[in-house]
Amino acid sequence: MMEDQAMSGGHQTDEDHGHEHPKHELSYYAKRIYAIRDLLLEKGVITEKDIQDQIEYQEARSPANGAKLVARAWIDPAFKARLIGNPKAACAEMGIDATSINEFVVLENTEKVRHMVVCTLCSCYPRPILGRPPDWYKSFNYRQRAVNDPRGVMQEFGLELPHDVEVRVHDSTADIRYLVLPMRPEGTEGLSETELARLVTRDSMIGVMDALPTLPPS
Amino acid sequence: MGRAVNSEVGKFKPGDRVTVKFEDRPGHIRTPWYIRGKTGWIERVHGDFLNPESLAFGRDGLPQRTLYLVAFNQSDVWGKSSGSKDKVLVDIYEHWLSPA
Repeated sequence: MMEDQAMSGGHQTDEDHGHEHPKHELSYYAKRIYAIRDLLLEKGVITEKDIQDQIEYQEARSPANGAKLVARAWIDPAFKARLIGNPKAACAEMGIDATSINEFVVLENTEKVRHMVVCTLCSCYPRPILGRPPDWYKSFNYRQRAVNDPRGVMQEFGLELPHDVEVRVHDSTADIRYLVLPMRPEGTEGLSETELARLVTRDSMIGVMDALPTLPPS
Repeated sequence: MGRAVNSEVGKFKPGDRVTVKFEDRPGHIRTPWYIRGKTGWIERVHGDFLNPESLAFGRDGLPQRTLYLVAFNQSDVWGKSSGSKDKVLVDIYEHWLSPA
């Protein structure tokens, strides 16, 4: 990248200001974010502890939250109705804090309709439910192709849809965060709720694939 | 899909046909380029939200703007007549929409 060349060698490694920076050469954007962090710390806007707390909060959230919601919805129709009707309240019921989302919408997949979520503008993602988005979700490639060729993207994730199935791609450009409720795979009647949750992959809640048909090796 | 925050707001109702304004202006715009100038219909009224175009610059985000879920046929957006029912759905604030 042009910016990388222009900035190379411009970053002064200063070991005296209290925290470590990565040793390898940083990209333009990484340098910029470290510079902003240092300024915020120097000016006392935030503290090192604030940063650590936020990192821990981000790391603590994972697709396991979403999988719990989906598995419960599969076994409990009343909960499913609440999850679709008032997702935030349903999250609270399951001990999942979704209050930081402005508005949360659950999209139910059926035999006739599949949903897929993208943010073509940046990387909007239901982080309290799914944790941090995968890198591919933020890539230009996905952001462009998800709206232009969703079936092609799904194919690459192993999902071949019949022509008469309607694909609905949600571009989450604003205050709404979307979670796809995948279909329960056939032949899973004998599985426990915990086992069912293991079928619910992160990617199935973004909507690029269905839930796993059988339990993965543990 | 679940309840809207407040579906009683805004000048458009579900089913209304709308065209996204084709405008080019600077700022924190949440209307993607590929959808500007395209015509679809209101799928759902999400409710009123603080205006991100104002919030992004440290201002108060007021007045609030009504946010809609707007649906478009894939074929209308990309000019491909695939014959499928596939759709693109985008969240768009009212000041970016005009009646079609």
